[in-house]
Amino acid sequence: MGMTMTQKILAAAAGLDQVEAGQLIEAKLDLVLGNDITSPVAIKEMDKMKVEGVFDKDKIALVPDHFVPNKDIKSAEHCKCVREFAKRNEITNYFEVGEMGIEHALLPEKGLTVAGDVIIGADSHTCTYGALGAFSTGVGSTDMAAGMATGKAWFKVPSAIKFILTGKPSKWVSGKDVILHIIGMIGVDGALYKSMEFVGDGIANLTMDDRFTIANMAIEAGGKNGIFPVDDLAIAYMKEHSTKSYQIYEADADAVYDAEYTIDLSKLEPTVAFPHLPENTHTLSEIRKMDDIQIDQVVIGSCTNGRLDDLRTAAEVLKGRHVAKGMRCIVIPATQAIYMQAMEEGLLKTFIEAGAIVSTPTCGPCLGGYMGILAEGERCVSTTNRNFVGRMGHVQSEIYLASPAVAAASAVTGKISCPCEL
Amino acid sequence: MNNAKGTVFKYGDNVDTDVIIPARYLNSSDPAELATHCMEDIDKDFIKNVKKGDIIVADKNFGCGSSREHAPIAIKAAGVSCVIAETFARIFYRNAINIGLPIIECPEASKGIEAGDEVEVNFDTGVITNVTKGTSFKGQAFPEFMQKIIAAEGLVNYINNSNS
Repeated sequence: MGMTMTQKILAAAAGLDQVEAGQLIEAKLDLVLGNDITSPVAIKEMDKMKVEGVFDKDKIALVPDHFVPNKDIKSAEHCKCVREFAKRNEITNYFEVGEMGIEHALLPEKGLTVAGDVIIGADSHTCTYGALGAFSTGVGSTDMAAGMATGKAWFKVPSAIKFILTGKPSKWVSGKDVILHIIGMIGVDGALYKSMEFVGDGIANLTMDDRFTIANMAIEAGGKNGIFPVDDLAIAYMKEHSTKSYQIYEADADAVYDAEYTIDLSKLEPTVAFPHLPENTHTLSEIRKMDDIQIDQVVIGSCTNGRLDDLRTAAEVLKGRHVAKGMRCIVIPATQAIYMQAMEEGLLKTFIEAGAIVSTPTCGPCLGGYMGILAEGERCVSTTNRNFVGRMGHVQSEIYLASPAVAAASAVTGKISCPCEL
Repeated sequence: MNNAKGTVFKYGDNVDTDVIIPARYLNSSDPAELATHCMEDIDKDFIKNVKKGDIIVADKNFGCGSSREHAPIAIKAAGVSCVIAETFARIFYRNAINIGLPIIECPEASKGIEAGDEVEVNFDTGVITNVTKGTSFKGQAFPEFMQKIIAAEGLVNYINNSNS
């Protein structure tokens, strides 16, 4: 029986010729990562283990990004714990404030994630690296600890859902709209325990940043991983950013899928997920028929949408315009390199002239940490990934998930809007 | 330990890790402190009412969202002896086992149990008994290694015990 792309990567990492869905395997890991929230718990667990140290100091990435620069004393203690562990174990890829970024934007940029890799990370959005043809999945702190100690992890081989993407998205439709459309279609547990494999000639019309966004939100459909075939664009990205050798795996022609969906990208509209689940999606035409949804804040950033394409799109919308009176518009470049490039291209100037603020890289508001917490009754249009109850602040606040284009346009009008309406 | 028995707290679909333990409390990793905020954004009285041994029953996709192990840690430290759901989100499932929180998937039980019911779970057989209603359901039995992980209070202790 043929194997899916994910199954082929897992088989190779387990040293097996063949695996099938449901099989338990032990696989070698190419990278284990953690952040300032999850690593301290992992470090505590690892200290309990009877091991000498980490399996490979070059294959661990520690990225304090959630509550940094330290938002309070307790967060500072957590970051200190991670910093000291990194020093003690001579971890090569520890990223201090000043060189850090949001982990899932940073690690591909630093060339640490390439096609064919098997990666676990104590952060649910670790699935992002599937955009480059890697198998990557989120785990908890105990699995991270075991991974750091042994360089191995056990997996149940997933079955897969195939998404055949065709056509070219229209001007204001991005990777965010594609993945929100898919989550709206299959639900927040529609891919539970499964791989989401994206194929089709429409992929050629998606930028790398679009693909990172799509793979990033596989977890919002319950997926174990999201993965793209490795094409010339992905190879060019890896060559530009990495010196690591990569391995390209392709699904067998007779691979078996639990389900197949064909999505014509040219038919998609800007899509917004309403509170309080990412599956609660509405298209722009549906929203136009509703009463105006007034908003108080816009966040443009996160591991989902804080990359250069995202900032360029937001700046294109905000250029020569101003955010609505009373609107707080918070822009967060995901890494220092993105920040620098945005500065050189004049994007930051555009944001500030438009009345937005620009923050240093942080996950901050996405998970209700800091840098943009909502009060009771407030509404935010956000390019982040979750709109659960209380996610960005008060339990009576609301988050509308959208693309950078829709978020920027909404900042200008003060209500959910598309740039085509400005 | 091969049984759980307690009063049920009942929740619906898609109970996410943000309501189980809101991120504003993730500047701590102390189980006792996390427990004081457990389920706060979905049920602010939970922590006042929960007693040692009580059981959480929910519908589908329990624990969706973040990979934070703080979520099962908070539930366990709050005294909950078992979580029963129609389905669990995959990272939560793995994390719960790794920290030694018993969880069991059983769609029939999740439909046939209400808040306040007295429920007993036999880990050896996977049988879930609703003592209040006099009904029972067959969930998956806990394999021996999983019972050992639970008894050892987590994967790390289990590995250490196995190696020594």
